[in-house]
Amino acid sequence: MTSAPAEAPVLPDQATEFEVVTDRPWVTIVWNDPVNLMSYVTYVFMTYFKYPREKAETLMRAVHHEGRAVVASGSREEMERDTNAMHSYGLWATVGRD
Amino acid sequence: MTQGFERAEGGRFTVTLDEVERGLITSLATQLLDLVTPPHSATSDDPLAAIVGNMDEPVAAPDDVALARLFPDAYRDDPESAQDFRRFTEHDLRLEKCARARSVQDSIVTNDEGDATFVVDEESALIWLGFLNDVRLILGTRLGITEDWQEGLESMSVSDPRIGLFHLYDWLTYIQETLIQSLTGD
Repeated sequence: MTSAPAEAPVLPDQATEFEVVTDRPWVTIVWNDPVNLMSYVTYVFMTYFKYPREKAETLMRAVHHEGRAVVASGSREEMERDTNAMHSYGLWATVGRD
Repeated sequence: MTQGFERAEGGRFTVTLDEVERGLITSLATQLLDLVTPPHSATSDDPLAAIVGNMDEPVAAPDDVALARLFPDAYRDDPESAQDFRRFTEHDLRLEKCARARSVQDSIVTNDEGDATFVVDEESALIWLGFLNDVRLILGTRLGITEDWQEGLESMSVSDPRIGLFHLYDWLTYIQETLIQSLTGD
């Protein structure tokens, strides 16, 4: 067992300059295309990402009207997995930086 | 003319297709297989390469517009990462799309005349869904489909050689939409 120091230890100055390295700088982007049906894109977002219908429809509309939407974020490996899954469904997806 | 997919009891789905429609689906599946079957899988001497593809070989993005749409670059501004991604994913994706086409094709092989009704469970329905989407992507890319393509179809001359393909695309879209509605209960 161990006990906490009686006084708060003094951190060296440089400690405050440490960058917090997050593991979530990557995103999966789905792009608009004229073939995929709006109902299908919504269905894919609900089925694969388990998003509730409302969120899936919001993302689908963002893809449709803005030409693209970020549909997931996470590690690079996770985003590659999601992008691969989107390609399996036939959606046009890419991996990008946040 | 088919009414598309309908939800049946027990989490199943039905679709009734006449002979012509069954022929169309079978033919589209064959065309998909011709286009999408991985170039190495049939001829490779290396049994491992036949399964996973040759991962040492760089895989270039396909020249064919429909293949490029089915297997898009996963990185827009990073050709090296795009190629790595393709090397590790495209072969399996091709096999998956071929397996779906073969499964649909096998399920509707019938020599009977007239209408035939197919009852599928949810797993098979999802295979149909992916297959219909793949075929629409191929056909839609070849036809240069745009978001307002239906308006263009109305003004297209009946003698335009593409008109039959546009109607085929429209028909596939209808069947896919009925399947999505059946799956989601809309």
